[in-house]
Amino acid sequence: MGVQEGARGQVTVEALAKRFGPVKAIDNVSLRVGAGEFLALLGPSGSGKTTILMAIAGFEYPDEGRILIGGEDVTWAPPNRRNLGMVFQRYTLFPHMSVLENIAFPLKMRRIGRTEREERARAALETVRLGGMGDRRPSQLSGGQQQRVAIARAIVYQPRVLLMDEPLSALDKNLREEMQLEIKHLQQRIGITVVFVTHDQTEALTMADRVAVLDHGRLQQIGAPRDLYETPETVFVAGFIGETNFCEGRLDHSAAAGEPVFVGLDGGGQMSAIAAQALPAGGRIKVALRPERLRVLPTGDGPAARVTEAIYAGNATTLMLEAEGGQRLRARIPAGGGLHEARPGDHVRLSWQTADARAFAA
Amino acid sequence: MSRQPAPNRAGRAALNAAAYAVTVFLLLPTLIIIPMSAGPERLLSFPPKGFSLRWYGEYFGDEDWIRATLFSAEAGVIAAVCATTVGTMLALALVRGRLPGKGLVELLVIGPVIVPHIALAVAMFLVFEQLRLTGSLLGLAMAHTVLALPFVVFTVLAALYRFDAELERASLSCGAGPGSTFLHVTLPLIAPGLISAALFAFIISFDEAVVSFFISDLDRKTLPRKMFEDIDFNISPTLAAVATMLTALTIAALLIGYALRRGMERRARRTKP
Ligand SMILES: Nc1ncnc2c1ncn2[C@@H]1O[C@H](COP(=O)(O)OP(=O)(O)OP(=O)(O)O)[C@@H](O)[C@H]1O
Ligand SMILES: [Mg+2]
Repeated sequence: MGVQEGARGQVTVEALAKRFGPVKAIDNVSLRVGAGEFLALLGPSGSGKTTILMAIAGFEYPDEGRILIGGEDVTWAPPNRRNLGMVFQRYTLFPHMSVLENIAFPLKMRRIGRTEREERARAALETVRLGGMGDRRPSQLSGGQQQRVAIARAIVYQPRVLLMDEPLSALDKNLREEMQLEIKHLQQRIGITVVFVTHDQTEALTMADRVAVLDHGRLQQIGAPRDLYETPETVFVAGFIGETNFCEGRLDHSAAAGEPVFVGLDGGGQMSAIAAQALPAGGRIKVALRPERLRVLPTGDGPAARVTEAIYAGNATTLMLEAEGGQRLRARIPAGGGLHEARPGDHVRLSWQTADARAFAA
Repeated sequence: MSRQPAPNRAGRAALNAAAYAVTVFLLLPTLIIIPMSAGPERLLSFPPKGFSLRWYGEYFGDEDWIRATLFSAEAGVIAAVCATTVGTMLALALVRGRLPGKGLVELLVIGPVIVPHIALAVAMFLVFEQLRLTGSLLGLAMAHTVLALPFVVFTVLAALYRFDAELERASLSCGAGPGSTFLHVTLPLIAPGLISAALFAFIISFDEAVVSFFISDLDRKTLPRKMFEDIDFNISPTLAAVATMLTALTIAALLIGYALRRGMERRARRTKP
């Protein structure tokens, strides 16, 4: 991915801040989206995803910070001058225009002649696999088709950047998964930069090149899906992305990020882990350990535990465990992998790689 | 709704009956006019002894009646256009604008509904007299614009609240400026509301009597004024014929307005996922 400085499709958000009364909707967020990159903004409800997107689109003006598109400062430019494509959660097609007229609308606003307009609108309609539906009214299309038309309308003038605010959340599960791949393929084919807002982590992880995780208006971590899952940098990200076990305890010495540590657990015993961030001496600690990284053995010298429940789900079995100190844990055993025949009441031993247990300041 | 307990249902039936009775009582005089206008006798009588359209013919043949009708129509059209234009801008400012003193503007708009027409008529007469606007078409149209304004503002406000404002954002994101967005997106979608408002404004002006009485004069009189004067010295069934036509026109305008608003609502519902 040739991300060059000031490339037309590059979006830079610098130290952005926005308040609504007492609420800090965006709290000092900086991020850079490379040309042709697919970035997902992921976070729980109210974390500021839409507000960031609206600031990029020009529908909200920030209190502080700058927004650059293709190296040009557009912080105060009106939305219609930013030449961005935008797809809304509700499809927002113009109900008084045909599908083709909807798609041709941005071209008309750019004073492109009728013949070329129609040609390009038809081509865009083909791109979203709706050729032949041009004469229909938006109300005669299904939700998925309407959203495709909205996408065609947003890309027909070949903007370098496409903004999408939860575009698939109104669709049912199967259609949503189909559209995720379709949007991803379309993005790769036309090489457009996409900033995509979602609160669905699976959607973010499957579609995006990089994911920015937000909480309370603050950027928690930005990185490739694999990095977020395997090396979360904050306790919020560790808990928000995927499933995880948290073990609470205390550390009596300080540690730098990346150092191995032994955490004294509240229930007694020690847990080997890696400091995911700089940890102060004597501070409270939360250790995160993914269920599929927790090994369950019939014997050994690891901590002892008792199986309280075994949930069979075809490709994997989830074991609910209670360790000696009372700590509750879950372990995921893939089918054909070791102790998946364990039954409630069985006594087992636990084991994990130090690198898989990540210690955070709680 | 169909599973109400019995006493409640009886109470509801009684309430409905009372409502219908009041409606009929209020409508009866208006309805009686219709057969009275179609009787053959020279004096107004009920029930009519036969059927004849001669009084309708009388109206269309009488230059005075036609002149008054055309004058009222002219004033009505001007008032409808002015009230719709100004009222739409006001409604837009109230919904979309960030104008300070919104509440005060709203109050001023409602004014003509609350203040008795007779008081307004006196006030307008005193002011218009100074400005030499009494007895003129312009003066009358201006006065009627003020009277119709609240109804226009409320009709357009309702249309704007039903309108999905996110469509305006979509339009802006497509590269359309605020002007083009209004022209290509907002206006076509609230147009039924505007037409309905204009019809309403026209009717308000067309059958308005009190203010007309004060600021029109004997040479240029409105239709309601002419009707009022006629009642004094010649109670002919022509009057009933005119009243019947006026009623029909009003009902037609209201029905068209209603149909337009219904169509707009249906569309709003269809396109919201
Ligand atoms: N126009 C506004 N006026 C007041 N507060 C607002 C406004 N817009 C957003 N907020 C507040 O700012 C915060 C961030 O809102 P935002 O819409 O960006 O969240 P989000 O991450 O998009 O959430 P969701 O997933 O629910 O869409 C929230 O606390 C919200 O209540
Ligand atoms: Mg949102």
